[in-house]
Amino acid sequence: MTKPFRQPAIYAGIGVIVLVAPWVAPSIVTQMAFLWLMVVFALTWDIMGGQMGYNSFGNILFFGVGAYVCAVVQRDSGLRYSSALALGAALAATAATVVAAILGPAVLALRGHYFAIATLGLGIAAADIAAGWHYIGAASGIVTPLFPGAIGDRGRFFYYLLFLVAAFAFSTLRWLYRTRFGLAINAIRDDEEKAEAMGIHTTRYKTAAWCISALFLGLAGAVAGNLAGFIDPHEFAFAGSSYGVWMILMAILGGRGTLWGPVIGAMVFHVTQELFWTYLLGWQRVAMGLFILLVVVFFPTGIVGWFQQSWSRRLGCAAGGLTPDVPSGQTGD
Amino acid sequence: MAALLEVRDASKRFGGVVANKNISLSVPAAGIVGLIGPNGSGKTTLFKSIVGYHPIDSGSITFEGREVSHLRVAQIARLGVIRTFQQTRIYGKMTFMQNMQISVPHRHEGLRSMFSKFSREVQEQAESLLEFVGLRSKCFLPAGELSFGQQKLLELAMAMMNRPKMLLLDEPTAGINPTLINDLIARLKRANADFGITLLVIEHNLRVIMNLVQHVYCLAHGELLADGPPEAIQNDQSVINAYLGAR
Repeated sequence: MTKPFRQPAIYAGIGVIVLVAPWVAPSIVTQMAFLWLMVVFALTWDIMGGQMGYNSFGNILFFGVGAYVCAVVQRDSGLRYSSALALGAALAATAATVVAAILGPAVLALRGHYFAIATLGLGIAAADIAAGWHYIGAASGIVTPLFPGAIGDRGRFFYYLLFLVAAFAFSTLRWLYRTRFGLAINAIRDDEEKAEAMGIHTTRYKTAAWCISALFLGLAGAVAGNLAGFIDPHEFAFAGSSYGVWMILMAILGGRGTLWGPVIGAMVFHVTQELFWTYLLGWQRVAMGLFILLVVVFFPTGIVGWFQQSWSRRLGCAAGGLTPDVPSGQTGD
Repeated sequence: MAALLEVRDASKRFGGVVANKNISLSVPAAGIVGLIGPNGSGKTTLFKSIVGYHPIDSGSITFEGREVSHLRVAQIARLGVIRTFQQTRIYGKMTFMQNMQISVPHRHEGLRSMFSKFSREVQEQAESLLEFVGLRSKCFLPAGELSFGQQKLLELAMAMMNRPKMLLLDEPTAGINPTLINDLIARLKRANADFGITLLVIEHNLRVIMNLVQHVYCLAHGELLADGPPEAIQNDQSVINAYLGAR
């Protein structure tokens, strides 16, 4: 296996591309910044939907909480731009995590479709509450402070900042999925009743998973709210029908339950979407719908899942232990 | 011998159906006890009551002298009472090794152990238990892809990985071919002798009962019909009637 030698090279290569991208293509730096937001969306959704088997339709809640908390801190704290943003982002992540910890034990007691519907309700309720609450601007939303630097710097600043959030999320999950936590939520996905019968603290692990998801979403919300410049309750903060659905699609497209799947899914999805908006304007939603349909029908296990399967078919036992078509030698009976 | 598990006058009804009526049984520490009875006689209901799957309507269940009938499944499991399922249940998409690793005891689990990697000892223990059930070579295959019999053995190894004080086995040999059954009996006996694990076994296969257990309880229509050593139960007229119908 050449893997141990290859991996650092891959990460270094990605790092270089990420660093120079805004200088090579300055005209699309905002779109690229949103790409990192999409990566965070897909990665955090996959903790729940992919690794733990809990299909959440309400993770957008934590993104919105983060965006609002940060914007309010920036508006009311009276600090300089950078310190207000830093404080706001920290509080945003904390608030989102706390919300997840409070809601978790109750909502995560529901299973399957019931959990999905309950979380869907959470997102919708949050949008309506925000739209009626004057302290945070009600339906007219809230404007984040102006970026103090030059126009060109603004895009790059948020591009790098959102990349840091995405990289932080990725490396944290990469570590977490190798710990007891990772196997415990996989066990819950495969058979929760069995996990309970084996004494696993299922509620504790499920709530922890949701809190980790919320932490990164809150952080991303804080930064993305500033990138957008204007936080609308329905169209941005709690945009369940766009961001909320996309995060699910991206994870499925890339391959749920894998580490790289959500990252690749987010990239393919975001690029495809931008291309549709540019070249198929007017039909972009139809094209997107068709695209999603094709993915679900022909790549139900996602891009990474599809590669893993076809690889292991070709290589037998060698690739990651996945051997769908290979007879398993002597079977005990 | 002191009783590890003591069930006293346990009753459980589902609506108008009386699934268990005034059942008392006791399992001595480090003993092997069998539970037999025709289909629908309430064996699995009693199992589920013991492991906390549903509460009993009346009576008491004590484990190590402690009342457990009000505790929930995971709490009872953490006391050291682990069950296996009639329809074998393993974590299908995870590898054999991962199935074993996550089956470590969860008795004292703080934040730090939740987010730490598995130690070398866990890995070695998992390997030796997979060796014990003859599945060592399957370490890195997804558990869902192997045969039913192998999954059954994996489930046993997972249960032992949890270092239980007591194992409740629901038809451990159902669906397993006869040669493997002898193997399984030997392994269960070794688990009992070498690891000191107390066993309570639901079984239809009389050969298993005769070879494995020291004491048998027989249920019929939700009530305790007879109990005694396996030889006596085998020749008990009321037990024969319950299984074959009275003549």
